[in-house]
Amino acid sequence: MTNMAASTRPKRIIIADDEPPARRRLFDLLDELQPAFPHVVVAEVDNGRAALLAAQQGADVILLDINMPEMDGLEAARHLLKMDNAPSVIFITAYEQHALAAFEVHAVDYLLKPVRRERLLAALQRVTPLTAPQLEALPRGARRYLSISERGRLLLVPSDDVIFFRAEQKYITVVTAEKEYLLEDSLTRIDEEFGGRFLRIHRNCLARADLIETFERDADADGEAQWIVTLRGRPERLPVSRRQHAQVRSLAKRVRE
Amino acid sequence: MKTQILARQERDAREAVFPDLRNVGILARALILYLAMVLGHALAISTKPYDLIINIAVVLAGGLPAAALVGAAWALFSPWLRRLAYWQAAGLLIALTAAVAAWGARLTDAPPWRAVPLALLGLAAILIYFHTLGRALSPAVTEARLQALQARIRPHFLFNSINGVLGVLRADPKRAETALEDMADLFRVLMLENRDLQPLADEIALTRQYLNLEKMRLGDRLNVVWKLDKMPPDAVVPPLVLQPIAENAVYHGIEPTQSAGVIEIEVAQLRNEITITVRNPFLERAGAHHGGNKMAMSNIRERLALHFDAEARMSSGPRDGRYQVQLVLPYVAMTKTTDTRSLV
Repeated sequence: MTNMAASTRPKRIIIADDEPPARRRLFDLLDELQPAFPHVVVAEVDNGRAALLAAQQGADVILLDINMPEMDGLEAARHLLKMDNAPSVIFITAYEQHALAAFEVHAVDYLLKPVRRERLLAALQRVTPLTAPQLEALPRGARRYLSISERGRLLLVPSDDVIFFRAEQKYITVVTAEKEYLLEDSLTRIDEEFGGRFLRIHRNCLARADLIETFERDADADGEAQWIVTLRGRPERLPVSRRQHAQVRSLAKRVRE
Repeated sequence: MKTQILARQERDAREAVFPDLRNVGILARALILYLAMVLGHALAISTKPYDLIINIAVVLAGGLPAAALVGAAWALFSPWLRRLAYWQAAGLLIALTAAVAAWGARLTDAPPWRAVPLALLGLAAILIYFHTLGRALSPAVTEARLQALQARIRPHFLFNSINGVLGVLRADPKRAETALEDMADLFRVLMLENRDLQPLADEIALTRQYLNLEKMRLGDRLNVVWKLDKMPPDAVVPPLVLQPIAENAVYHGIEPTQSAGVIEIEVAQLRNEITITVRNPFLERAGAHHGGNKMAMSNIRERLALHFDAEARMSSGPRDGRYQVQLVLPYVAMTKTTDTRSLV
């Protein structure tokens, strides 16, 4: 696709907001901007997850509400970064005093509700793709989903489904009840993000704290004694490193009581 | 606007209301104060530890019948006393106390020069205590009300509602019209600084208007079930006891999830009490969404205490997989003479 073609073709826009009247309003405003900003609305969705699925079908700009159920706008934007040809993002929010300061500092484009036509046009005309450092700087909570690129497609795995993470050379194996996935990330970052829900049991392993079933002594392949844990419903016997031993033991004791 | 409200409330605070001894909380406070004074008196006249017990019994034997008589008269005529000016009510009570003390002294051959001043001192202590309590509460209430006012108009709700109105304006102008009318009514009550009891039916109507506004934004996700068949038609309640709870129910139980949810609102009368119960879906994962909740709840709790002292209760927590907030208030019927002011 050449630049020429890209500038003449109408822009593909996704509207993502959980409130029907808010979507309607954006749609009406965009319609009036048609002469100034030729476009086509390719999807109207009501949560961040659906926005990601729509974006995989191809889009240039996504108008992304921040407060949405299922997956909020900020998390959706983080997953978008992993896509090839990801659409540019314009955030929309009713009122987020603290968040807005961060947005301004990092020049992330956002619109305030109620959205004004002129502001919308200005934002559309200067929109640029988000960068990873910009997103890193925004306030955010733990992700509800992990995004995994599989053969060029984006797979969303609910973080609640993860039983344990194990670091293996370049990748992290994400283990759920049904499947295992390969994730490009660092255990330290995941540990920070989901702190509390997952327990570091070994340098290379984070396990769901509330699923720890047994904590016992075992012998490794060389016949040397070591501690292992098992997780509810899983066959794996996960070794506990000496450094994490005390922490795992106290938690296992609490669980048993 | 703000200074105007403050000035008016200061004036209100200076117009003291005579304490309502029929209220359990006020009665308990008066009783505790009385017993403390008995103990103080007994301590002052005792020289040895075992004297103390005897002296407490002696002081109680002399003073309790008189105190009980004055207290009974006060409670009996409380609604009437509260309609008088403060100094008139206080004067009547002082005269009654002096008369009872003098009469009691004559019956028991006790010296009246001692019995009458003692009784009057006791009454003065109790009246001054409630007067100070009323004064101490009023500015605090003003402050809390103003704070609450600012917190209550959740900016998020205001801007989302305006955005919602703009969204339906072209397709459904009638709906937009109703929504703006509802918003005006809602904000009128939110900005009211009137603390008097209001008809429960008005509060229900206001909550309906609020929920209609939310329904416009949230569509099928928000469903409301009203159970009002056991609601007393003539009850009065403090303003804004139900709407903020409904707002919390929407904020915590409906907004964070995509699936449809039901908010149940039940108002029932049980003997002398009114129970208001609000139930909403309990979403454990909505943790990050919290905040502001405690503010609204403690605000309601504070206002209930002001109106009913110990006679109102509030509880909240998960129950049978749903989140429940329950208020229990004394049933006050709306009549021409209903006393809707605060207790002291």
